[in-house]
Amino acid sequence: MVKKTIGGAKNGGSREVPAVKAPKYYPADDVPVKTKRESSGVAKLRASITPGTVLILLAGRFRGKRVVFLKQLPSGLLLITGPYAVNGVPLRRVNQAYVIATSTKLDVSKVDTTAIGDSYFGKAKAKKSKKKGEEVFAEEEPKAELSADAIATQKKVDAAVKLAPMQTKYLKTRFSLSNGDAPHKMCF
Amino acid sequence: MVKKAGEPCKLYCKGRILGYKRSKVNQYENQSLIKIENVNQKSDTEFYLGKKVVYIYKAKKEVKGSKFRAIWGKVCRPHGNNGLVRCRFRKNLPPSSIAGPCRIMLYPSRV
Repeated sequence: MVKKTIGGAKNGGSREVPAVKAPKYYPADDVPVKTKRESSGVAKLRASITPGTVLILLAGRFRGKRVVFLKQLPSGLLLITGPYAVNGVPLRRVNQAYVIATSTKLDVSKVDTTAIGDSYFGKAKAKKSKKKGEEVFAEEEPKAELSADAIATQKKVDAAVKLAPMQTKYLKTRFSLSNGDAPHKMCF
Repeated sequence: MVKKAGEPCKLYCKGRILGYKRSKVNQYENQSLIKIENVNQKSDTEFYLGKKVVYIYKAKKEVKGSKFRAIWGKVCRPHGNNGLVRCRFRKNLPPSSIAGPCRIMLYPSRV
């Protein structure tokens, strides 16, 4: 509503008028109202997962491996590390649905992960080279090598995760179920 | 093709396909009843609800370099009081799968 001054002695001086005028006609047909989709938010971290929690990976190349959780990234994925020096799992992003949180917590307070975000991961886009005919098949694409930068950050993170000898052994072993095991009764 | 190593570790529970959800004269093929090993009461099935299930079978013709094929599904709810579960699969399971094995994966995980 907007206040408007109005002339004329008997009109009270001012009047409240709607800011946007109502349309003169209603549309003959129903106009579909576009519903705004709420942006799909970031997955909420499970309460059992806190920085330093040892996680068991459930799927993928490293399934069964025990790894250390470092932080949740803005995309909602979890940043983990093996550490690489211990069990061969590098800094990696995982979905928390594919992870079992254990009750073991390690000290990762010294790990600096500020430089590692979602953009840290993913392949650098290879340049497309257009060649004629057979040449395309003749040359094999060179295998992408890990950048020295990535190796350095991995080493830095590995060094910052302090492990007791027993914990190193624990992280080295894979988790596996055997006959007669009942995961629903396990306390992870 | 790169040769794949065998599974490094077992991260699933064994299940047995018992048949379809049914009544005395009708059967409903869109839900299969599955008995998960070591699950013997209704309260135990809670852990498995929502988990992915795979029925893996062998076919004669190779597809993508493998004779094994899989039908994926998920656990939708308990069935009865003795730890059976009902599962829905992307394609209904074939009748030949009845009495066959299946795998109940540990994901999506809630622990």
